Amino acid sequence: MSAGASHAEGHGLRPYVIGFLLAVLLTAVPFCAAMTHAAADGALVALVMGAAVVQIIVHLVFFLHLDNTTDRWTLSALLFTLLILAIVVAGSLWVMYNLNHNMMPMPMEG
Amino acid sequence: MTTLTLTYPGGSAHDAHDHHDQAGTVKLGFWLYLMSDCVLFSGLFATFAVMSKAFAGGPTPATLFDLPYVAIETGLLLLSSLASGVAMVAAYKRMKGATLAWFAITALLGLGFLGMEINEFAHMIAEGAGPQRSGFLSAFFTLVGTHGLHVTAGLIWMAVLMSQVALRGLTETTMRRLVCLSLFWHFLDIIWIGVFSFVYIMGFSA
Repeated sequence: MSAGASHAEGHGLRPYVIGFLLAVLLTAVPFCAAMTHAAADGALVALVMGAAVVQIIVHLVFFLHLDNTTDRWTLSALLFTLLILAIVVAGSLWVMYNLNHNMMPMPMEG
Repeated sequence: MTTLTLTYPGGSAHDAHDHHDQAGTVKLGFWLYLMSDCVLFSGLFATFAVMSKAFAGGPTPATLFDLPYVAIETGLLLLSSLASGVAMVAAYKRMKGATLAWFAITALLGLGFLGMEINEFAHMIAEGAGPQRSGFLSAFFTLVGTHGLHVTAGLIWMAVLMSQVALRGLTETTMRRLVCLSLFWHFLDIIWIGVFSFVYIMGFSA
């Protein structure tokens, strides 16, 4: 009906196993890249963020069973939350970056 | 609230003949709680992002964090998420013993995760890298500690529900509660993806 098991009788093991294997892969790759210093800084940030976003989607689909039968209220609540999250995180960084930037050339205050 | 009630007439507790709608409403309500919890974490993540370079001359992530240790923690929580999924599969098949056994495994793995986190915190505090040391560490302990508190609450909830299942069986009520608990448990793993990626790996590599 809503979030989670959209079919009343639940799901088989399959989605959990597939989701688990994908999650292991998406966890191992960023950890290995960081521990072996395999990637350049910029590439590593992109890799880690990309793997995190994909893994969150994997969890939502295979563990929380979000799919096209999930009801509209659940999905709109999720999308609204993502919007708030983006505003809070990006907004804070933006404001604080500008604040730091504008404060930088000023003489230190007592 | 009015809109929700109108769209989900089965949400009324008196509507006893429409259990599926009631379960759906409970699940949607719980989902809304999870989403609001997500907003709480977004505030903590934003604080951490802003504070992530505020070392105040204190220790930096590269000296504090032990990535292999965090990788094992992550593995425990992920295995625990898988185990709770297997437990739910058993619950839907009305296999009471298997449900309880798999939730016991889920709880043990969760306890392992929590123990490792407490151990990490204790070591950091013993080294003088407690939350009062710098803005970075305050934000770190707040974010990771809040996640740890959620895991603790989840474990207590799991123990309570396991005893309910043991005593009353897999009734409609206990099933509805198990569904919410499993959503909560998977949700905590999703938050942890953000923590290990943005706090540990990116902090370590920055």
